[in-house]
Amino acid sequence: MSDHHNETFLSKYIFSLDHKMIAKQFLITGMFMGVVGMLMSILFRLQLSNPGESFAVLEWFLGEKWAPDGVLDPNMYLALVTMHGTILIFWVLTAGLTGTFANFLIPLQIGARDMASGFINMLSYWFFFAATIVLLTSLFVETGPAAAGWTIYPPLSALPQAIPGSGLGQDLWLIAMTLFIVSSLLGGLNYIVTILNLRTKGMSMTRLPLVMWALFIVAILGVLSFPVLLSASLLLVFDRTFGTSFYLSDIVIAGEALHHTGGSPILFEHLFWFLGHPEVYIILLPALGIVSEVISVNSRKPIFGYKAMVISLMAIAFLSFIVWGHHMFITGMDPFLGSVFTFTTLLIAIPSAVKVFNYLATLWRGSIRFTPAMLFAIGFVSTFITGGLTGIVLGDSALDINVHDTYFVVGHFHIVMGLSAIYGMFAGVYHWFPKMYGKMMNKKLGYIHFWVTFISAYGVFFPMHFLGLAGLPRRYYSNTAFPMFEGLTNINEIITFFAIVGGIVQVLFIFNFFYSIFYGTKASKNPWGSTTLEWTTPIERIHGNWPGEIPTVRRWAYDYSKPGHDTDFVPQTEPLKEGEEEH
Amino acid sequence: MTNVFIVVISFLLLVTLVQLVRVGQLLGDIRKKDFNIVTESDNKRQSFLMLIVGLAFLASCVWQYFAWNPLLLPSASSEHGVIIDELMRFTMILIISVFFLLHLFLFYFLHKYKKSSEKHKAYYYTHNNKLEYIWTIVPAIILTGVILYGLNVWDRITNADTSEASVIEVYGKQFGWSARYPGEDQKLGSHDYKLVGGANALGIDIDDPNSLDDKVTRELHLVAGKPVLMKLRSQDIIHSAFMPHFRVQMNCVPGMTTQFVFTPTKTTKEMKMLEGDDFEYVLLCNKICGVAHYNMQMKVVVETQEEYDAWLLKQTTLSEKLLTQK
Repeated sequence: MSDHHNETFLSKYIFSLDHKMIAKQFLITGMFMGVVGMLMSILFRLQLSNPGESFAVLEWFLGEKWAPDGVLDPNMYLALVTMHGTILIFWVLTAGLTGTFANFLIPLQIGARDMASGFINMLSYWFFFAATIVLLTSLFVETGPAAAGWTIYPPLSALPQAIPGSGLGQDLWLIAMTLFIVSSLLGGLNYIVTILNLRTKGMSMTRLPLVMWALFIVAILGVLSFPVLLSASLLLVFDRTFGTSFYLSDIVIAGEALHHTGGSPILFEHLFWFLGHPEVYIILLPALGIVSEVISVNSRKPIFGYKAMVISLMAIAFLSFIVWGHHMFITGMDPFLGSVFTFTTLLIAIPSAVKVFNYLATLWRGSIRFTPAMLFAIGFVSTFITGGLTGIVLGDSALDINVHDTYFVVGHFHIVMGLSAIYGMFAGVYHWFPKMYGKMMNKKLGYIHFWVTFISAYGVFFPMHFLGLAGLPRRYYSNTAFPMFEGLTNINEIITFFAIVGGIVQVLFIFNFFYSIFYGTKASKNPWGSTTLEWTTPIERIHGNWPGEIPTVRRWAYDYSKPGHDTDFVPQTEPLKEGEEEH
Repeated sequence: MTNVFIVVISFLLLVTLVQLVRVGQLLGDIRKKDFNIVTESDNKRQSFLMLIVGLAFLASCVWQYFAWNPLLLPSASSEHGVIIDELMRFTMILIISVFFLLHLFLFYFLHKYKKSSEKHKAYYYTHNNKLEYIWTIVPAIILTGVILYGLNVWDRITNADTSEASVIEVYGKQFGWSARYPGEDQKLGSHDYKLVGGANALGIDIDDPNSLDDKVTRELHLVAGKPVLMKLRSQDIIHSAFMPHFRVQMNCVPGMTTQFVFTPTKTTKEMKMLEGDDFEYVLLCNKICGVAHYNMQMKVVVETQEEYDAWLLKQTTLSEKLLTQK
């Protein structure tokens, strides 16, 4: 395959059909957006810890209009919060995470030459790229980017009179999201088809590595839920532009009674969260998959309870479709529905608990090797525990009444979804970097990166629970308007301090990443002693992945430290010995 | 000048970083061993760090609890708030115990089972159905308890008896709140958003006889011990009426009326004795609603029946306010 055509710069790096190159495109775009999103959070954190104070850096980034005299404009504050959420959730943790690892790992781990359709795969990236451009453009329009929160609830997002960001900025947001959804659907269909049809001989579904299962289920989730967001957005576009009343009713704004009657904003919330909640698991499941691999490889032990791990992934994915209402307990939704959603939501704790116990059981009596990837995988287990547990408070409708939309929620989802997913992503990058670039990432920098990130991330998000329990609402430009929140300034200062430290240390990661691509030490073919197929490919990147025949799979992916073998790992390609049980 | 300085320093830091990394790589070349492969001494160092940082993290959680506990909301000032607080206490004790337990296991295992020497081997152990059944069923049983308890509380709050409750309307708009009291007939007059304007800020239909004695106020006054049925409306976009001290929150949605029933228990005066003189109850907006969202509030006063009656008497009725102008 590879030797037939000459690669030009354009076909190799830009319009590549090779899944490995497309994965890198997703990764680097995702990293870039990650930096943008994180910078935004640091800008608004400055306002939250030092309300109304002047910062040269704010004016430098946002200009005279949005930060006059270095003080953040309240409309811009809301815009930054909105864009931070949008970028991190969709651009970094959906496209950046799944786009990278699904593209990179699926063909390599199931033993395929490439994705089912290389062309659709390329389109998927370029739709994502277009979405990125449109979203970034919206930062520069006169009225500012979208500012109605990443959940874009109408009527706020529908009426430019309500907030300037709901003008052109919101239009661009909706266009960007539409392009994004197209990208995500093209990618998702490709992943599903590839995993179902292109597995090599012997690679039965029950021999798939867990990360394959995770990415497979995520693709299904995405294909089933993203179209609903698309329709919700389209109806919103209709309301905004063509005067329909899907979401709008009985509104008087800026002294004018609008003609809309009969619509319901609650309808939008239902449609939005029908995507929005599975979306949380679209973000989380790939990380769960990656972490399963990394923990098993570095404990030199089979992942404990493979079957239970697969079933719990499926259970989480299934449940994720019937819990969306827990975002809406206090919208005026029928309280009976609230009861149903409390019930289904708290059920998710069961498969999640199984996953945590199985991770712990995998570590038990292992022979643990602390690579930077392993450290991040451990960080994941910790944040998954911490954030998962506070979910039991929020999922309980009666308790949600008083913590809904407070900083308790902000702390919860940043830990369980933000940190966990980003730790999974870091673990994946450190772990598969040698396969991606044929080089090793610097270990020491990786260690420093992990420790500072781990400490500062908890330093940012753990104290937020206390802010929430003190009643502080999220998305407040400042909390100086209420005497009851005066005592909380100290906590906000601590949070901002850790946010800045945690932000700066990411420079080390970015440096390590790019430096290692060019000047890193050469990686060996299988540096971590891993059993899975991707490590049987040559170090040099070639089209078609394997120079000769595609290998045949003869055992499951987790034969680490199996008695009766000389090495502490048995590659999936090695036939079972006579009388050897599979597992 | 400062900018130049920052650029120069950043550049120097980058150069230092590159040189440090190269030294490491060169050392690896000399020893004929890849510097980036993890060694047993790395494992010892990192697992020790894991234990120390892990325990320090758990300790810091305890510290945060004790340091910031006084800043948290005082115990509930409403009848249903008390049962929410009890449920919260139960849930917190449960999740905090699990949090500490699982983390201690995690840090202990990482320390205990590090690869400390070439000879250290892992134990091949793929699954144990019995064990896995146990740790599926035990959480399931515990969660059944949590769910049943939670649903019971939810049911008591949302199905509260409204027959005795006095109706008060809370109305939100960018960026302020008002309250409407039904007057002597105990009935709120009807409304239409097209009537909003001028003195009729809430769009009340003054032709409806029930409207005439309605009173619109800028403060929310409640009587201790007397149930209230709050009816919530919005003029423009979604707001959320949040009264953290009462454990009350409900969205105000344009085009529909939502409601919440509760009974305040402690008067503002009592709370001032407990919490200090500057204590005030407050109703704040908790759904992003625009530029002044962070300052959309209304003062809430809980008082005795006599104080309440005296206050209400001083408020003007809609008929006085609107009809005299005609």
